[in-house]
Order: sequence, then C-alpha cells, then structure tokens
Amino acid sequence: MINLTIDGIQVTVPKGSTILQAAAQAGIRIPTLCWHPDQAVKANCRICVCEVEGNRLLQAACSTPVTEGMVVKSKTPKVIEARTMILELILSNHPQDCLNCIRNQNCELQDLAAEYFIRDNPFEYKTRGYELDRSTPSIVRDQNKCVLCRRCIDACSVTQSVYALGLENRGVSSMVVPTMGEPLIESPCVMCGQCIHACPVGAIYENEQIDELLAAIADPDKVVVTQIAPAVRVALGEEIGMATGELPMEVFVSGLRQVGFDYVLHTNFTADLTIIEEGNELLKRLKEGGTLPMFTSCSPGWINFCETFYPDLLDHLSTCKSPQQMFGALVKTYWAEKMNIDPSKIYSVSIMPCTAKKFEASRPEMCDSGYRDVDLVLTTREIGRLFRMSGIDFSKLAPSQFDPWMGQYTGAAVIFGATGGVMEAALRTVYEVVTEQELKDVNFTAVRGMEGIKEAEVDLNGTVVKVAVAHGLSNARKLMDQVRAGQCDYHFIEIMACPGGCIGGGGQPITKANAKRAERIEAIYVEDEKTPIRKSHENPEIKTIYDEFLHEPLGHKSHELLHTHYHPKNKKYL
Amino acid sequence: MDYRKIISDYADVPGGLIEAYHAVQAELGYLPKEVVAEAARVFNIPTADAYGVATFYSMFSVKSRGKNVIRICESAPCHVAGAAEVVTALERELGVRMGESTPDGVFALEFTECVGQCQATPVITINGKPYLDVKPAQIPSILAEYR
Amino acid sequence: MAEEIRIVLRNYGKIDPLKIDDYLAQGGYKALEKARTMDPKAVIEEVKKSNLRGRGGAGFNCGQKWSFAYAAEADEKYVVCNADEGEPGTYKDRLIMENDPHTLLEGMAICAHAIGAKKGYIYCRGEYPYVVEILITAIDQAKEKGVLGDFDIEVRSGAGAYVCGEETALIESLEGKRGEPRFKPPYPPSEGLWGKPTIVNNVETFANIPVIMDKGAEWFAAIGVPSYPGTKVVTLTGDVNNKTFFEVPTNTTIREVIYKLGGGIPGGKKFKAVQIGGTSGAFIPESQLDTPIAFDNMAAIGATLGSGAVFVLDETREIVDTVTRIIEFFEHESCGKCAPCREGTARCAELMEKINAGLGSQKDLNLLEKLGRVMTYSCLCGLGQAAPTPALSTIKHFRADYEAKFI
Repeated sequence: MINLTIDGIQVTVPKGSTILQAAAQAGIRIPTLCWHPDQAVKANCRICVCEVEGNRLLQAACSTPVTEGMVVKSKTPKVIEARTMILELILSNHPQDCLNCIRNQNCELQDLAAEYFIRDNPFEYKTRGYELDRSTPSIVRDQNKCVLCRRCIDACSVTQSVYALGLENRGVSSMVVPTMGEPLIESPCVMCGQCIHACPVGAIYENEQIDELLAAIADPDKVVVTQIAPAVRVALGEEIGMATGELPMEVFVSGLRQVGFDYVLHTNFTADLTIIEEGNELLKRLKEGGTLPMFTSCSPGWINFCETFYPDLLDHLSTCKSPQQMFGALVKTYWAEKMNIDPSKIYSVSIMPCTAKKFEASRPEMCDSGYRDVDLVLTTREIGRLFRMSGIDFSKLAPSQFDPWMGQYTGAAVIFGATGGVMEAALRTVYEVVTEQELKDVNFTAVRGMEGIKEAEVDLNGTVVKVAVAHGLSNARKLMDQVRAGQCDYHFIEIMACPGGCIGGGGQPITKANAKRAERIEAIYVEDEKTPIRKSHENPEIKTIYDEFLHEPLGHKSHELLHTHYHPKNKKYL
Repeated sequence: MDYRKIISDYADVPGGLIEAYHAVQAELGYLPKEVVAEAARVFNIPTADAYGVATFYSMFSVKSRGKNVIRICESAPCHVAGAAEVVTALERELGVRMGESTPDGVFALEFTECVGQCQATPVITINGKPYLDVKPAQIPSILAEYR
Repeated sequence: MAEEIRIVLRNYGKIDPLKIDDYLAQGGYKALEKARTMDPKAVIEEVKKSNLRGRGGAGFNCGQKWSFAYAAEADEKYVVCNADEGEPGTYKDRLIMENDPHTLLEGMAICAHAIGAKKGYIYCRGEYPYVVEILITAIDQAKEKGVLGDFDIEVRSGAGAYVCGEETALIESLEGKRGEPRFKPPYPPSEGLWGKPTIVNNVETFANIPVIMDKGAEWFAAIGVPSYPGTKVVTLTGDVNNKTFFEVPTNTTIREVIYKLGGGIPGGKKFKAVQIGGTSGAFIPESQLDTPIAFDNMAAIGATLGSGAVFVLDETREIVDTVTRIIEFFEHESCGKCAPCREGTARCAELMEKINAGLGSQKDLNLLEKLGRVMTYSCLCGLGQAAPTPALSTIKHFRADYEAKFI
C-alpha cells in the first residue's frame, strides 16, 4: 500500500494506483475529458494535470502512478490556470452552437466549461469546416466537434474489434476518420453506435428522426403503431429524471399514447415468437445434422459484423429475422387483418435501444408484408427527447394496457434485453419441448452477467446441449475465430453486438460506464421475475397467432414473413 | 512493378510497415489506397491504422504527385539564408505554387523542415538527394537534370 | 580553451568509412573486446563514473539509464540508436555516421553487452537515405569480420517527423505506428520497444562509449565541466563566418564558439542573439555569452545545450520574423495527440503571425506569453514543452522588437 497526500488529505491506496484513483478515494474529483473508466488511459487532453511536489512539470493524474510520500496538489493557481487555458484552447476550436447541439445539457465539454466558468475565451473561435457525414442511416459524424480524445477509436477497435475509425494526418490537422478517410458507409462500420457512448461531445450521434414521427402523427390518414424493444423501458427513465428501471411499463405505454401513437404494441411479443421459431430451428438442425453451431440473429450490429468479417459463416446464422422485423412483417398482415385496418395506412414505428436497427429496417429485403415492414426506428434517446418536450409528469400519469394481438409477452421476452437473455429464453422453451417435462427453475444463471464470454451445458434428458454467449464484438470475434477454425463444439451461440446486450445499445441513454450496463441488466431480471408468465410458448397471444395465422413453426407462412437471408458485405477495406 | 511483391518482402520485418511504404513509394511516387490496404493485409493491422501511418509522416503522400519531388527546407537556418528567394525561383521556373505538382507530372514542389545539411544553407532536395548552397540562378540547371 | 578535442570525431577525415579495416587499424573494436571480458555491471559502473550524459538534448546520465535496463528482467532487451536528428541547424550525427559509422556500432554493442541485449536498431531519419546506405555497409562488414558477436543491428528509416526524435515516439515508429509519444512512466529502460527494456541513446552518446571504455572513465570525466564532462560537437549556422562544425570540451563558452572558432559575425556586423540547442532552444543575448556550453551551465541561464546547434543572428535580423518561422515549424511537427500542443502550437503560430504582420498588440503578446508558459509544463512530451521557448526567451530579452511591430 502507498501513502500519499492530496490537497492536504492523507490517503492510502494499493501500489499501481494513479493519482486520479487516489484522489477519488480522498473525495476529490479531478476533472477529465479523454479518460474513460472502461478504456485504457490516454493522457492526451491534459485536463487532469496536477502539481506534484518536486516536479517542475505538471503531471496527468490519470496516467501518473502514486509513490510513497507523494504530495499532490490539484487546485493550485498554476493548475487552475493550465486547466482553464487548455479548455479555452479546445473550446475555441469547437463550434459554439450548444443550443442546437444534440448533446446540449449532456456534454462533458459543456460540463467542464461550466465548472471552470469560462466566460471570455481569449482565443478567436474557428471551425474546421467539415461537412457532416450522413452516409449511414444510423449514425451521423460531425468532425467539427471532435475534441480528439480518441475514445471512439478505442470503442470501435478495442471493445468492438471493428476498426472502422482511425486517425488521419498529424498536429492541428489531425482528425478521426472512417477507414481511408472515406464516408462511414464505406468503412467496416456495423452501426452498433458504441462510438456514440464513448464520445464526450456531439461529434458522433444517432440519425435523429423525431420529425418524421411527428409528421406521421400529424397525418390524419396514417395509423401510427409502435413496438417497444425489451431493453428500452429499464433505461428510458434515465432520460426523464427517473432511476434505472423506475419507469413502470404501463405508464410508459400511456406516455406513448399521450404523444400521439394510435396503437402501442410490444416487440416482446415477437421476441416470444422468435423463441418458438428459433427454438424449433435449432432442434431441426440438431436432429437433421444442420449447420452447427447455430448463431442467434436478432442483433443487427452483429449481423453486419458477420456479413463483413465472417461471410463464410453466414450459414450458421439462424434464418429468423429479429423480433423487430418479425413484428414489422406481421403488423401489416396479421395485425392489420385482426384490427380490420388497411395495411397501406399503417405507419410502423419501432422504439429501440439500437442504432443499427435504423439500418436493419432499411434493408431492401425487409418488405415481406408487401410494404416497408418497419417505417421508422427511433432510439430510446429520441423518445426521451419527445417525452421531455411533451411536458408529461410521469409520476402522475395513469397507467394503461397494451393494445391486443401483439402486446402480450412473457419474462423470457423481457430478458432479450440482456446478454444471455435470448439464450436463456430459448433454453426455457427448448427444455420443455425436448424433455416434455415442466421446467421447474426457469433461471439459467450461467449465461447471465457482464463476463465477456459465457458457457453452459444443459442436459435435455440425455441430450447435452452446449451453448455459448458473447457480448461486445471483440468477444464475438474470439468465438467466431474458434468456429472458423473448427475448434469448438457448441451447438448454439448467442451474440449481442453491444457490451451488456441491448441494454447497452447504441441508442440507449448515453452510457458512460459498464457499471450502468450492469445496473440495467439487474433491472431486466427484476422485471422478468415479476412477469407472471416466463416461458415464451405459454404466451396466449403466441398460441393464437399459430392457431389462426402461422399454423406451425417453420411453416410456409413463417418462412414467408418471419425468416430471411444474409449477404456478404464485401467491404472495400477491412 | 508489383507493389504486392514489394510489400510482401517486408512481411517478416516486425513493425516493417514504414520500410514497406518507403519501398513502394520509391517506385510509385506516392501511396495509393490499394497499397495502404495491401500493407494492412500483409502486416495484419486494421486498414484504418495503416492509413493513419501513411498520413502521419511528411515523406509519405496518399495523393498522387509529380514524379520528382523537390523539397525546399524552410527551417530557421535556411530561412535566414534566403530560402524565400529560392522558393520564388522554383515557383517561377515550374509555373506552380508550393504544394502543387506540374501539370506534366514531372515535378512536385513541397516544403520540408530541416534536412541536416545546415553547413550549406539554403538547401533543396530532389528525390532525397541534397543540393547545397542553392542560389536562385542555379535552379534551371538543377532542374534540367530531371527533365 | 577554444580548442577542439576530437573524441566522437576522432577518425573524421582519417579513415575511409566504407572500410572496416581502416577502423580496426585505428584500434577499433578493441574497446568492445575489452568490455566483453568485463562483468556487465562493471561496464555500467565505468560509464556511470565517466558521468557521460546524453548528447541528444535531454542530458540524462548514460550509465544510470543503462543500469535501469540492466536491472529489468525480460526475455528480450533492445539497444536503439536515435539517429533521427531532426533538430534544425544540427547535422553532427550525420557527420559521425557518414565518416565513422563503426564508432556508433561499437558503442551500441558495448551497451548491448552491458544490459543483456541481442538486438539493436538504428532509427535513421528518412531525410538521410545516403547515410542509411553507409550504415548498412558498415554493419555488413562488421558481421563479416565477426566483431559484433551475436549482437544484430538493423537500420530503419524515419519518414519525416521531427517528433520521432522523442524516444517513445521513436519506439512507436519502430513498431510501425504513428510516431506519437507515450506517457511516462513507464520509461523505456523498463518498458520500451514492444514492451521490453530498451535503451535509446543518441548517436553522439554512443560514439563516446568506445573511447570511455578504452581510455577510462576518469580520463573522460576530467574533460570539460565536471557536471557534464567530455566534448560536444557544435554546428554553426546563421550569421557566422565559419558555417561549419567543431568538437569542443564542454567548458568552452558560447562566446568562444562564436568568435574564436566561428570567426565572428560576417560583414563586421554586431551580434544580436544566438539560439543554441536547436529550434526549441532559448535565444541568448550578448550579456550571457560567457556561459560555458555545458548542460547545467546553460540551464542556469534558462537555456539549453540541446543538440549543440548554434544559430547566430546579427543586428540586422528580425527576431520576430525568425521566431515566427520557428513556431510554424512546431505547428507543423506537433504530433497532434495532446490538446495543449496540438491547439497551442497552432495558436502560438497564429499570434506570432499576427504580430509579425504588424497587426498585433500588447494583449496578443501577453496571451502568447501565458499560453507558452502553460505549454511548458502541461504538454505530454518535450516537443510541446519546449516549443514556446524561442518565443518566451525572445519576449524576455527582446521585448522591444515585438513592441516595435505592434499595430
């Protein structure tokens, strides 16, 4: 253990701790910008500099290890002057349009400027003059706002192993660019949006489409229907001043009706449906010697990743569409029929924790209903903005129920939002189908939690099924390399592109630390436990749709509407 | 001349990317994107990183430029020794401004920082070869060697 | 005083650099042979005792640095020669490599024995392709003769980045990456090239080693100033009659370098200022010319010996114009990683250009001073830390020159 003094406060920390860590223990928050709790130290912004006795140079708190007897001062005039000047330098090469910026009020640079009460910047403002990169349907890049902290590059390379972002040039001309300096759509970008969470400012953000929703709502001819993904509710409260998991589902539903949705349904319904289809697909492959291991296919960021980096393994993917897309195909066919609504008038919206879903909805093949199956995808953050504009007091809003036919769901659907959830949901159903016995304990805890790669073995009355779960694409890559090399004997693999699963998706409230992801996962399992029915095949509305419409899992109707194909992306540069 | 062959010669050199870039640029005059992509493949690094290296160093160019790269040193010792007049002479002789290439593709005109021949300022280099104590009047005869 | 002592340039003009036999005939590689019979710790002790300090600019005690790498436990260690020589006005390392490459190879091999390294690299700036050829020839000849034993040396080229003279940026470049400095700690002797213990020393530093092993630490420590003994190769540019190089003991004063050896100012003009150490050095006024060039003596007057470049300006020179060009150099060479340097060098250049164009004011000058000051202690590496020095030192000594250009 090392003893040192920070601002006169004595503190003892383990060897190898940095000044930043020691200060936190002493109750001193040293300001940072390029530092990120889940990434390697960068020490490039120099905002966390402190005085260390005996050193002429200021030392960056994030990268300097403590030594015995070190005397640190974090608030001397020299330090304040340096921090202020560095902020002024960064701010003066940054657009001054906070009022219009998507990260207004949720921006680390704004926070620092406010904390250091920067009023009069001595440097002339300049702007770099870049055009916005709007080349993808999901993500927008504004290089004018980049503070070159490099957190996005870290997320895209270390966490996601996609490597779509890098640096170009040097010095004041240096900039973060997609591969080869080309537009993002040309790069290997899978649109997972983890870069958005990593960015401290408004240099990367979702393609905001709230106006399109408002236009549809205002259009008297359109019937605006929405589905909600399982990972949305637990996090949405964070956007409207509530704690993680605090927003009750039925109040959320009322809120959506208040802002103008005609019908509110749930993606969880098609999550349950996915389990029936995918569970049967797995059993079929197991019985008939089909391509194994089978991979889940509900994460479009993961699908993009597979199509980009592992096109040779596309046959392993389940042919099931994601719950979002199954929903889209059904809402303009099955549901329109049930509700006696003209499908051409349905405007199918989906509220997702995910940026890649905006791309997924636009995939040319996603029109099996005869129309575009999903017309618009909005992220949790966009709905959050809409709710904040709406002036609703959610603590007083009366709850209401989902609309019928595609609004009922089980706990198995809820857990889709967490890493391991799809796997666990599938096992709950597959177990009962294969063993023809009741599953007493539905909790498959081995596949839960934040560990990057999880494994489990399930004994189905003699048949042992080996499963693996990975979240975050670097972990996916490890598994895929094993599969490619023929080195693993799993039967079923769940992959989620985003760390933590969908609750950590690119469209969620800006997520600064993995600790928050873990908190949302907790809330998901709490919701699962409270849900009366917890196995997908016991969902009454699922029974109905098979009885009346689909007739059988993997049947003709299912293949028409609920299954899809994948294509190698053949990106120019990887 | 196959740039793939040139790059593959460096495949076993740890960190040999910069050596490979020098070798290809010696033939092609610059580093086209296909070269950067191939280098990324051979060295097993992301293309984004290979591009980041190609654009970091002054001697590399990812944009095509004139075959013979003329560099004039603009560091302080050459600056006070009259580099500006040599610049004027070069621009006049070639009919292009600093940073440009001649339309016939024969010359590229670039600034450089100190090339370490400070005993004989001002200095220019052409394709890396230094010319010392350069007077503006010498420019036409120096360039004639490359026409 | 004001006499040359040729240690690193002892063979200059006396041997054919492309003939290893010439070097051997001068007693070359005997020091290495001797070192190999000694315990590595003893070799390091000898170098420490000599008090040889780095000749690249940082002036760190050479033997001390080697002892850190010696103590580090690793399966591989590296000896790296910093031949990036990007400091404007400096060509001393080129002189050594072009004329006596083997002294460098021998010095590196002695270091390798001392720290337990089998592999060495010479990182030679990309602007010296002709030097690379000489080095490769020398290494081939040394291998043929077997003098290097199992120590393998590879030559690598830089590609036009002054920042790669910084040891961790150089290491990054050897690894095939952008030449961006790493934060320290960890220091290269514990974690350097590919994370292994690495010694990075300047060409001139290595060139001293064979002579120290041969003639002994005491002999070396007695030359020049005790706190920074030995010689320094100085290269003279600007307004000086003898625009050439000299190797002088470190107790030689600046005045002696400029007037005795340099032949004074051409055209009988008066001296205005001299910038020593390279383009990040302080500008020194006439009143401080009697300072010995040794590292600590220079530090005491707020200047640096640095690379030993001596850039003289006469009374007709525009200080502000010269410093503007210098700060533009730093804007161009900043690697861009850390905010105060990336943004700061650009803003310093902007302010200098404004003042140089006759559009500046006291407010601009004050801002420049403040910005420069903050950069000197908050930037990630030596480039950003030293970049403001030319401006700060000239504002201090020649403020009137700046004020004369105010709008």
